[in-house]
Amino acid sequence: MFRRLPETAAQPVTVVIDGRPVRVPFDLTAAAAVLIGDGITRTTPVSGSPRAPYCMMGVCFDCLMEIDGVPNTQACMVPVAEGMRINRQVGARKVRS
Amino acid sequence: MSAADLVVIGAGPAGLAAAASAAGLGLATQVLDEQPEPGGQIFREIERVAASHPALFSLLGEDYGAGLELLGRFRASGARHLPRATVWQIDDERRVYYRHAAGAASIQARQVLIATGALERPVPVPGWTLPGVMSCGAAQTLLKSAALVPDGRVVLAGSGPLLLLVAVQLLRAGIRPAAVLETPIQRFAALRHLPRFAAAPGYLNKGLAMLRELRASGVPFRRGVRGLAVSGAGRAEAVRYDWRGRRREQDVDLVLLHQGLAPNLNLALSLRCEHLWDESQRCFRPRLDPWGACSVPGVWIAGDGGGIAGARAAECSGALAALAAACSLGRISKHERDARAKPFLRERERHLAARAFLDTLYRPPAEILAPSEPRTVVCRCEEVTAGEIRRLATEQDCPGPNQMKAFTRCGMGPCQGRLCGLTVTELIAESRNISPAEAGYYRIRPPVKPVTVGDLAELDV
Repeated sequence: MFRRLPETAAQPVTVVIDGRPVRVPFDLTAAAAVLIGDGITRTTPVSGSPRAPYCMMGVCFDCLMEIDGVPNTQACMVPVAEGMRINRQVGARKVRS
Repeated sequence: MSAADLVVIGAGPAGLAAAASAAGLGLATQVLDEQPEPGGQIFREIERVAASHPALFSLLGEDYGAGLELLGRFRASGARHLPRATVWQIDDERRVYYRHAAGAASIQARQVLIATGALERPVPVPGWTLPGVMSCGAAQTLLKSAALVPDGRVVLAGSGPLLLLVAVQLLRAGIRPAAVLETPIQRFAALRHLPRFAAAPGYLNKGLAMLRELRASGVPFRRGVRGLAVSGAGRAEAVRYDWRGRRREQDVDLVLLHQGLAPNLNLALSLRCEHLWDESQRCFRPRLDPWGACSVPGVWIAGDGGGIAGARAAECSGALAALAAACSLGRISKHERDARAKPFLRERERHLAARAFLDTLYRPPAEILAPSEPRTVVCRCEEVTAGEIRRLATEQDCPGPNQMKAFTRCGMGPCQGRLCGLTVTELIAESRNISPAEAGYYRIRPPVKPVTVGDLAELDV
């Protein structure tokens, strides 16, 4: 859905989005990294409909994802890091035993 | 647990100006901010953009660039800054609880300044929950913080200064929107406020310059658009609207919505400080004295979180709150406070002069404030529709938003009403033929941001 402005090169890092390695500039948030693709961050617990980030400033919670194993993380608030695992959150997050 | 004379929550214009002033007056000042870099949404990532991306820095415009001076003052002031720190509660003893990179923590504040700024007003139109629909502010944040621009056919829809600014910034970045759709604006009602608006520093010229730049681009700029709706299977594919007596349709990849700003109130509301309904801005705001004191002792509120007034007025409010906090801590006398306050009070008045015109001109249309299409999702988290809220407000005699929560779970999802609160208030008010003030707002309780049981267990209290 989004692309980087050409004259703004930055060091890339590799993140793993839903198991697929992707090279992105280091200065992105996890939500921004997902938005370079199809943007879908989660499906809702109520109807299962897909969602993408809406506000990008921490208020809408539509970018809740599982990041490095932690569910319900606001992807727009987390800067990417080398090797970060970013997974779409399907429905309500699972309670771990 | 650490301590500070003044804890400032939020590092936007109000918070930064307050922190710089307070530290300058000798107060031990701690800023807690959610974002990785200071600046708030308006000056998002400004230091890094200025240093690394000169072309991006210049296309964002001079109002963005002006933030560097404030950032410089803040950095030199000695105020401490903790980034990526999310405050979830302020308790009765003014302990401030937050989580950050190292886990959960708290800080004892002698005085607290809430500078949590604004959020974009919800734009509940059919299809606004589809992937491929975002707020204009979100696109601007992606541009500032990540140098990302929309890829594909983009339509901007709604009204307000930010809609025009984002359109112009995208154009400068080489992105040509497929259309800019403006919902009806109140030209005639706003006209009587024009003289004061014209006297406010820079506003009229900036507005006219944006309109000229947009028109000169040749991008279709359709004004007076109604019945906005987004449709698509699993993502936004088309936007439909009424314009000049006909239903229109436009294929899209991305729709950017905007309908003005509203104060981000959750932290203030969680303190039970007194709030009032602001009819001209069509939102609730805390009742504040000229220094920013709310009804809870030792707590100050500055910037757009106290009512939408813009970045320049927010800086003044921040400085004024810092003076008042320093005075109430005995650091400066009342006489000194009043003397130092004069230029800030004057400057704030000059900027506030722009509000009546802007608030009237860009008052959101009734069909957006209280959506008439019954299937429109109002609460995005719990997927509660406008039709359901209207029906319960009348048939089930549901008197207000808190009862509506119990009926429908609206406002009980992770966003805690931030994206549905005003709409639910408006729908109930309209359905029951009462004022929004009478309908009221959600009762907001801490934690105002999600916190884990693990975070709570870690706390050293």
